[in-house]
Amino acid sequence: MARTIIPGMIKGMSVTLRTLFTKPVTVNYPVVKEQPHPRARGVIALDQEACTVCMLCARSCPDWCIYIEGHKEEQPPTSPGGRVRVRSELDRFDIDYALCMYCGICVEVCPFDALFWSPEYEYSEYEMGEMLHQKDKLQDWLETVPDAPPLEP
Amino acid sequence: MEGLLENFWVLLVLKLAVVALLVPVAGLIIGYGELKISAHMQARVGPYFAGGRFGWAQLIADGIKFFQKEDIIPENADRPVFRWAPTLVMLSSVSLFVVIPFGPGDPFVVRDLELGIFYALAVSSIGTLGILMAGWSSSNKYSLIGGLRAAGQLIAYELPMVLSVVGVVVLAGTMSLSGIVEAQIAFGMPYIVPQVVAFVIFMICALAEMNRIPFDMPIAESELTTGFLTEYTGFRFLFFFLAEFANMFVFAAIATTLFLGGYAPAGSEVFGIAVPALAGPVFMVAKMALLVFVMIWVRWTWPRLREDQLQTFAWKWLVPISVANIVVTAAVKVVF
Amino acid sequence: MLDQHAIRQLSEVSVSVEIETPEMTLNIGPQHPSTHGVLRLVAKVDGERITDVDPKLGYMHRGYEKLSEVRTYPQIMALVNRIDWTSGYANEVPFVVAAERLLGVEPPERAKWIRLILTEMARVSAHLLFMGSFPLELGATTPLMFSLRDRERVLDVMESLTGGRFHPNFNRIGGVKPAAGAGKEMKKQVQDLPAGFLAETRDAMVKVRSTCDELEQLIMGNEIFLARTKGIGILPPDVAVSYGVTGPNLRASGVPFDLRTMTDYLPYDQVDFEVPIGEQGDSFDRWWVRLQEIRQATRIVDQAVDKIPAGPLLAKVPKIIKVPKGETYVRAENPKGIMGYYLVSEGGQGPYRLKIRSASFSNLSMLPWILEGVLIPDLLAVMGSLDFVLGDVDR
Repeated sequence: MARTIIPGMIKGMSVTLRTLFTKPVTVNYPVVKEQPHPRARGVIALDQEACTVCMLCARSCPDWCIYIEGHKEEQPPTSPGGRVRVRSELDRFDIDYALCMYCGICVEVCPFDALFWSPEYEYSEYEMGEMLHQKDKLQDWLETVPDAPPLEP
Repeated sequence: MEGLLENFWVLLVLKLAVVALLVPVAGLIIGYGELKISAHMQARVGPYFAGGRFGWAQLIADGIKFFQKEDIIPENADRPVFRWAPTLVMLSSVSLFVVIPFGPGDPFVVRDLELGIFYALAVSSIGTLGILMAGWSSSNKYSLIGGLRAAGQLIAYELPMVLSVVGVVVLAGTMSLSGIVEAQIAFGMPYIVPQVVAFVIFMICALAEMNRIPFDMPIAESELTTGFLTEYTGFRFLFFFLAEFANMFVFAAIATTLFLGGYAPAGSEVFGIAVPALAGPVFMVAKMALLVFVMIWVRWTWPRLREDQLQTFAWKWLVPISVANIVVTAAVKVVF
Repeated sequence: MLDQHAIRQLSEVSVSVEIETPEMTLNIGPQHPSTHGVLRLVAKVDGERITDVDPKLGYMHRGYEKLSEVRTYPQIMALVNRIDWTSGYANEVPFVVAAERLLGVEPPERAKWIRLILTEMARVSAHLLFMGSFPLELGATTPLMFSLRDRERVLDVMESLTGGRFHPNFNRIGGVKPAAGAGKEMKKQVQDLPAGFLAETRDAMVKVRSTCDELEQLIMGNEIFLARTKGIGILPPDVAVSYGVTGPNLRASGVPFDLRTMTDYLPYDQVDFEVPIGEQGDSFDRWWVRLQEIRQATRIVDQAVDKIPAGPLLAKVPKIIKVPKGETYVRAENPKGIMGYYLVSEGGQGPYRLKIRSASFSNLSMLPWILEGVLIPDLLAVMGSLDFVLGDVDR
């Protein structure tokens, strides 16, 4: 043990000494924020106009964290003498982010382009009840949705 | 004013006040140094927000935090022993300051005892008692294991430490610490040159006495969740915490005095220029800073030794080597 | 003057005086800094030597197999990568291959290569975390920072492709995720490799290799580390095989069994890599094997990145997938060992029964054997070197 003490342990010390003089990799968080990649799954945004209350997203969520209520409204026909059109209106669309697994199944199955992923991650709250985002808050997240990144040629 | 300072009692009170103030402040400064240096060694920034950009107030904030915490004593704990354990450990660190010379002559050392180094080594083993008391009195199996490990380790490493110092005493001819520094000035070079083996052994034993990695089995954090310290909260924990850093200061000071020449070259002539005595503390602190840096560097690089490997290392390697060192030193001194 | 009779009496007296050291029952409890989760070990300790250890599992049981009975295939895919959370992607692959086998669908080549790249990156990520946490248990605190710093690069690359760092959820039955959604606009957002992915991956692999070199220099030659790990917790090959230990633990004992050379659903035969085999089966070998595996995994990713063919990402499958009746068992070489999924389907949208053979559960079964007679610090060295995760053990 005595003879080989010098090389192994001292070599290891040179690594820490070298790192002492390099720049630290810490990101100074509240002042400097890291930008996640555009595809990062941060929060789900809703486009209320596009939603037709088909309930596909609520059905396919593994945690059942999407709560949807809607009602049917009649709208006047486009041309006189035509059929009365029925349109579904959203009353309530809540996503409970305390339950959400961020799996993305809801975004994927929506056939009407109503749900989008956004890389925003700073929405933690002090109370768990505030983690239920209602439809207006989800509409607000729509502004943070980035464009799709260009693909590899 | 001069007359006042000449008065023995006034001077004594002043020196004791400085020592009492110096221990926590030194502990804080070294603690902050450890946080920052270890952080940069790991490619991260240490304390950053407390007190401005460099986080210098981090440990002060920690101290205040510890003070205002609830003082919990476990129900089955042995109360008086539990209470006195941190005091003993702090006592041993503070008492060691009394003999360390920071400069040549009287105002720089509280009391230059004839038995300087003997007193220092004896007092440093009071800390061992404190740790054993802490481990036993918290009625916790983990603390007990930690306390027993600590007792075994500290006793094992006392012996090589004392033996390695004997070589220096033989060379210097005196046990008083100021006398040893003067002897090094007279010798022309610090004692680290002829006593390199003793220096290495002394540093290893100092690390073991302070329960630092690679010898921190008693506080093995990942196994025993701070070992003998587990049941201590609030300001009792603060005592142990500060005592560790104060111990670093003290052992670095003793090592500097014995091996690196202490406050030299202050108080003597260098190339014909008389170096002022007031520069003594500056030189001393600079040399101590180097040793403290090495201690911090070692702590964050190496893993810890297992208990039986620790004991084997102490009894089978360090003790024979230090005894051989004494024999060789004495032989050389007699012959030359 | 003692005669023989007296001497015999005296010697008998000295023999019958024994010092009783009673055993202490130490509960290395669910909350402990080094048990990789909530593992409870009830250990009988004599001084510092362990005489008997009884692991109590189940603190992390989340009921995956019961959950799978009431979920559809896409939903299970999202749940399954949380079993072994250090390597998220590697848990999804055998499950989706099992479903594809029953359905009779073959994923396109590009999908297979992307799966290969992501699996090897998951392996790098899991082993890097081990590289950091194992020296931490022995007392060296610095390797953790180095390994996590470079794990971030790998996770960033995974995020840029899949959107998730630890739980990618990128597989679909028939291939990998083809588009961002099902609506008209979202269908156009193909989830293919984003621009700069190949260059970033190569960069990340270079950085990982340099960190491996740094860790080797910092820890491998260190005498204290060698004294703590060499000869500790030796696992002979026959004992390992009889307990069902798989993965790097088995290879460290000298058994050259790597499922990657035998799988056909990922193109491992088209890349060139070595399988590191240990010699003794002690803790040091287990650490060394994983270090070499990181290097080999970076080699695989480098080659795969050059060889990805162009093509579609998803085969032609119906929108609502109903897997026909049947049973199948698919196993894969996860970073922790062999992970297997036994899928029983009755023709519904979800499985009838999914049995998960997790690697860490079998690796943990030999803990009473290997821990007999070791000291307490060695217990942590051995348990750390086995590299199990409680999520994998308890599912």
